[in-house]
Amino acid sequence: MKSLRILALFVMLAGFAACGGETDSGATANTLQRGLPSDPETLDHHKARSTQAAEVLRDLGEGLAGFTANGELVPAAAESWHISEDGLTYTFHLRDGLRWSNGDALTAEHFVAGMRRLVTPATAAFYAQMIVDIENAASIVAGAATPDELGVEAVDDRTLVLRLSRPTPYMLSLLTHPSTFPVHPGAIAEHGDAFARPGKLVSNGAYTLDAWVPGSVVALKRNEYYWNNSATAVDAVNYHVIVQNNAELNRYRAGELHTTSTVPPDAFAQVREEYGDELRVAPYLGVYYYGYNMAKPPLQDNKALRQALSMAIDREQLAEKIMGRGEAPAYSWVPPGVNNYEPTKVGFAALGKEDREKLARVRYKEAGYGEDNPLQIEVRYNTNDTNKKVAVAIQAMWRDVLGVEAALINEEFQVLLTNMREAEVTQVFRSSWIGDYNDAHTFLSVLQSGNAANMPRYSSDEYDGLMARAAQQVDPERRRLYLEEAERVMLSEHPVIPLYFFVSKHLVSPEVDGWGDNVLDYHYSQHLSLKAAD
Amino acid sequence: MLRYTLLRIFGAIPTLLLVIALAFLMVHAAPGGPFDDERVLPADVEANIAAAYHLDDPLPKQFVRYLGGLLKGDLGPSYRYRDYTVAELIGSAFPLSLKLGAMAMALALIVGVIAGTEAALRQGTRIDRIVMGFSMTGISIPVFVVAPVLVLLFAVKLQWLPAGWSGASGMGRYVLPVITLALPQVAYIARLTRASMIDVLGRDFIRTARAQGLGTRTIVRVHALKPAMLPVLSYLGPAIAAILTGSVVVEEIFGIPGLGQFFVRGALNRDYTLVLGIVVFYATLIISLNLLVDILYGAIDPRVRYR
Repeated sequence: MKSLRILALFVMLAGFAACGGETDSGATANTLQRGLPSDPETLDHHKARSTQAAEVLRDLGEGLAGFTANGELVPAAAESWHISEDGLTYTFHLRDGLRWSNGDALTAEHFVAGMRRLVTPATAAFYAQMIVDIENAASIVAGAATPDELGVEAVDDRTLVLRLSRPTPYMLSLLTHPSTFPVHPGAIAEHGDAFARPGKLVSNGAYTLDAWVPGSVVALKRNEYYWNNSATAVDAVNYHVIVQNNAELNRYRAGELHTTSTVPPDAFAQVREEYGDELRVAPYLGVYYYGYNMAKPPLQDNKALRQALSMAIDREQLAEKIMGRGEAPAYSWVPPGVNNYEPTKVGFAALGKEDREKLARVRYKEAGYGEDNPLQIEVRYNTNDTNKKVAVAIQAMWRDVLGVEAALINEEFQVLLTNMREAEVTQVFRSSWIGDYNDAHTFLSVLQSGNAANMPRYSSDEYDGLMARAAQQVDPERRRLYLEEAERVMLSEHPVIPLYFFVSKHLVSPEVDGWGDNVLDYHYSQHLSLKAAD
Repeated sequence: MLRYTLLRIFGAIPTLLLVIALAFLMVHAAPGGPFDDERVLPADVEANIAAAYHLDDPLPKQFVRYLGGLLKGDLGPSYRYRDYTVAELIGSAFPLSLKLGAMAMALALIVGVIAGTEAALRQGTRIDRIVMGFSMTGISIPVFVVAPVLVLLFAVKLQWLPAGWSGASGMGRYVLPVITLALPQVAYIARLTRASMIDVLGRDFIRTARAQGLGTRTIVRVHALKPAMLPVLSYLGPAIAAILTGSVVVEEIFGIPGLGQFFVRGALNRDYTLVLGIVVFYATLIISLNLLVDILYGAIDPRVRYR
C-alpha cells in the first residue's frame, strides 16, 4: 500500500498548501484596475528608469509642475513661478499647506534635498542628467563638486530658486519628471535606501503606496493629505503587472482591467472592430528608425549609398500595411506634435513613389553599386514579431528597388545593444528613441557628437555648432530656427533612416471618465474617475 | 553513522561550489549588462551606477564578493527589483510555485490514476476510447495553447474564474493555472496506469483472486492497484520536472509571481544576482534532497556506509 500512502501524502500536501495565507489587495468598488507591462524596477524616484515606473511614480509623487489629462503643463506643487529675463533663474512659490502622506509639512527644502540626492554620485541615478542644466549639476555627477553646490536654493519654506547654467526652455517640463520630485528627509534618514518599500514610502502625490507584490500587483490608495485630495475621484488604484500583452487583452475582456498598457499587435484589427471607441490610439513622442554604422565602411563615407537605402523604402506602405495601427510614416527625426517645433523633412519626402525610386537607383549607382555589383549588407534587429515584419519588408523593398542583398540577423535585445555600442560588427541596425520631455531637444541631442546614445556615431561640426547656438538662445523663436536648421543638416547627411512614429494604444473601459490622449502618453490616475456601476 | 553523514555533507560542498562558479561565469558571459538600454547613459552617470553596484570590479573580485555574501547567507540585492533582496523574492515566490506544483501533481495523480484504471477495466469500450483520445490530446497540446483557451472559455466567456492572478483573491485564481499545469500529466499518467493495469489484470494472481469469487472493485483496490502503480511511481520524478518547467509558462500567462517567472525575466534582464540566487537555491535544494535520501539509505541499510 506504499503507493497509496504517497498519493495520500500528496493530497494532504496540496491541502495544506491551499490553506496557506492569502493576501487580499483591498478591492473596493471604487478601485481603478490598470494594466502595467512590467514591474517598476524601484519606487525610489531617483533610481527609477522605466516608463512603467514613471507611470506609477506620477501617481505617488508630485513635482513643481504637472500635466493635465490632455498634456497641458500646469502648476502642481508650485502654485506659480517667475522666470528671469535671461532665462537663467526660476523662482517657484509652493502652495500653502503642502503635506506628505504621513501628515508632515512639505517645504522647499525637501525639493532641494531631492534634487541634490538625484545628482549625488552614490545615488547612482539613471536620470541624473535630467537636471544637467542646473548650475554645477554636471560636475557633481562627475564627482568634481559636492551636492550642496547645486544651483537649487530654498529661500524660505515656500520659495524655491533654481539657477541654470544656460537657458533651458523645457525646464518646466523636466520638473514634471519623477526624478525631480522631492524626498522626505526623515524617511531616508530612518530607512536609508529601503525607504521606497510598502509600509515605508512617504509620498506627496495624490496616492500613497498600499502594497506591492513583485510580479503581480502594485496597489495604491488615496493620499488624504494631498492638497488637491478633494478632486481625487478614485479611492484606490491597482497596477496589475502583466508581461504578455495577449494576457492583458484577455483580462480586459474578462472585465478585470479598466485600462490596458497596450494592445497586442496581432489582435489590433480585431480589437478595433470589437471595441470601437474603447480603443484609444494617439500620436506618441517616439521614432522607430534604422541606424547606419557611420564608423565603418561601407556606410561610413558613402552618403549616396545611405541616401539610396533610405529613399528606396516605401514608408507609407510600412506604416499602413505592415504596422497598420495608426503609425505615421517618418520623414523626419523629430516627431510631429512637439512643442514649438516644425520637424524638417528629408528632401525626398515630397517625391512620388516612382520618382523617389528612380532617384534612389541613381544614388545607388553613384555610390558604386549596380546590378552586377550589388550591395551585400547586414541588418540587425532585436527578436520580436514587429521588428521581424519590418525587417522582412525593408529587405524586400531594397531588393526590388535597388537589387540590394540584405541579410537579416535577429539578436536578443542585450546582444544587439552591445553590438550597437561597440559599433564593430553592425552595419544597419534597428533602434528607437522615445522623448523624455516635450521638446525637440530630447531627440536632436541624441545625435550630437559624444552623446552616449548616438548609436550611428554621427559626428558633424556644423550640427554640433547649431545645437550649441540653439542652447544659448533665450528667445524661443530663434532657438527653434537653430534646432530646425540642425535637423535639416543632419537629415541631409542620412546617418539614420527614420521609419515611422509611434502611437500609444490603450483600451479604456466605458466605465472610466477623464482619460485624455497626449503625446507623452502620461495618464495620471488622479484625473480618472469611475462611473458608478449600474 | 555520524562520520558518514559529515563525509557526505562535506562531499556536497565542492559540487555546490562548481555549480555556483559555472552559473556565475555563464550569466556574466552573456552579452550586455543589467543596466544596458536603448537610452544609453552619459559616461559619468554610467560610471556612478557601475560603482554603486560593483559592476566595475574585475570579475574574480565580483565572484569573491558574491561568495563572501553567500557564506553569510546573503544572496545580494536584485538588480531588476532594486527595492528587494534576492532572498526576499525567492522567499515569496518559491512557496507559491511549490503550492501550485503540488496541487497540479495531486490533481494529475488522482484524475490520471482513476481515468487510467477505468479505461483498463473497460478496455475497448467507448469510455476507454474517450479516455485515451482525451489523453492523446492532453499530451499533444502545449501549455501555451491550453492556457489561453481555458482563459477565453472560463474567464472571458463564462466569467466563472479570474483570468489573471491579481484579478481576484482566494482559491478561484488557482483553478485555471493548476488545471493547465496538470493537464499533460493527467494524460500521461492515465496512459501509464491503463497500460500497466491491463498488464497486471492479466496475471495469474488476479485470476486466482477472481477464482476466489472476489468482485472486480475489490480485486483492483486490494490486489491490482499496488503493482500497477510501480511505473507511475517511477514517472513521478520526470513529472515533477515537467511541472517545474511548465510552471514558467503558466506563471507568465496568468501573471503569477512565482519562481519560474522571476527566473526567466531575470535571465532576460541580466539580473545577475537574481538568476544566480535561483540557481544556487535550486542546486542547494536538489543536493540536500539527494543527500537526505542517501543518508536515510545509510541509516536503513548499513552496507551503504561501508563501500
